[in-house]
Amino acid sequence: MKILEQIGKYFILMNRVFSKPEKNKIYYRQVLKEIESLGINSIGIVIIISIFMGAVITLQTRYNLENPLIPLYLIGLTARDSMLLEFSSTIVGLILAGKVGSSIASEIGHMRITEQIDALEIMGVNSASFLILPKIIAAVLFNPILTLISMFVGVFGGWAAAVVTGALTSTDYIYGIQYWFIPFYITYSLVKTVVFAIIITSVPAFFGYYVKGGALEVGRSSTKGVVTSSVLILLFNVILTQLLLA
Amino acid sequence: MIRVEHIYKKFNTETVLNDVSVTFEEGKTNLIIGKSGSGKTVLIKSIIGLHPIDSGSIFYHDRDFVSMTIKQKQELRREMGKLFQGSALFDSLTVDDNVRFPLDMFSKMTTKEKSKRVNFCLDRVNLHNVKSLYPAELSGGMKKRVAIARAIVQNPKYLFCDEPNSGLDPKTAIVIDNLISDITHEFNITTIVNTHDMNSVMEIGEKIMFIHQGIKCWEGTKDDILTSNDKYLNDFVFASNLAKKIKETL
Repeated sequence: MKILEQIGKYFILMNRVFSKPEKNKIYYRQVLKEIESLGINSIGIVIIISIFMGAVITLQTRYNLENPLIPLYLIGLTARDSMLLEFSSTIVGLILAGKVGSSIASEIGHMRITEQIDALEIMGVNSASFLILPKIIAAVLFNPILTLISMFVGVFGGWAAAVVTGALTSTDYIYGIQYWFIPFYITYSLVKTVVFAIIITSVPAFFGYYVKGGALEVGRSSTKGVVTSSVLILLFNVILTQLLLA
Repeated sequence: MIRVEHIYKKFNTETVLNDVSVTFEEGKTNLIIGKSGSGKTVLIKSIIGLHPIDSGSIFYHDRDFVSMTIKQKQELRREMGKLFQGSALFDSLTVDDNVRFPLDMFSKMTTKEKSKRVNFCLDRVNLHNVKSLYPAELSGGMKKRVAIARAIVQNPKYLFCDEPNSGLDPKTAIVIDNLISDITHEFNITTIVNTHDMNSVMEIGEKIMFIHQGIKCWEGTKDDILTSNDKYLNDFVFASNLAKKIKETL
């Protein structure tokens, strides 16, 4: 019953979030701020994770590929498709849920317990929309860019690992990443990224917005936000895969 | 003028406001006094709409607040200013941006006009050379004054102050009290101050309401308070031995 109540509360909050902004100019400015805080500041971690992810996929595939009949360029194809289909959207999504989600829940939770949200309401500002909508828009706009960066850097990481360790030649790898390329995989990955972006921002914001108590509760709401959004990302990953690829 | 009629508020099974009716007058500093946990903050938050009431009516100059839509309430709130107990300044904004924020959101003023208005409000609360500082860099008294400046920047008709001098030394507390009182008279605002500080009551209280366990027990002026026979009010006002001795001499 409590889960149903929470889901209902979440959708009521989203109804307020997606209402008409009081002043577009202020919201526009907020969106730019959030793009910097949630998106641009995440480029570093996305690059680091993706480069190592691409390298590990390449090396593991190489060490598990013992059949001499399978051409080595398929390692490049495996690295490419793994990055495109799963890692750049889902794994990066999970990492961002931790990084961005905890920051959103604690920021909004802190504003709640220090009555800053009440202050916004008293001024006549729709606090839910003012605080949450720019974050959702920023993530929906910028996370696809992070995913594209992750794809590119991950494939590059695979190439670097292959060349440095001698696992396969540069020519084989480059041929592999071009072999049987399906452009729809990128669309599929970007669609998932947009859905995950909404989850990563709105779910922790929901937990932060309704927090009651003090610093301890803000910490708990942050943990709840990250755990719930991570589980939802995994759930929607299955649903979207079935819908888009089956 | 704000009129509250027979309001009730429960949290789970606990009745926090029990049939409270009171009228807060325009151009006066109206005080709600009572012990901690008596329902003062809930009453003020109910009047503003931060806590929806279970039953009763609230009128802002004959405008029925309870039956308003969310949009209408938002519009009415633009006529309100509130000073929160912990100041509730936006800690990621400078003093200047905090005071300017309501103007940025709702006014059609030019940047120059906004700056002029912000400067006027900060001058009015005697704050100079702090515009570029963040709330964390200010003292408690300064934070309260910034919060007052932010509350009055849109020329509110209604000003709500929740424990305005909590955490302040007695001298600074009186400065803040007098500032609220002066602003109330100067701009003809309906001000409601929620306090348990008797210094405040005797300094600025023009119309006082005493609340005990969610029930309005007494209403009057600061002169009446000393001669009242209400048991709960006397227990509250003359709580210390010194105050009891003063009462005996009256």
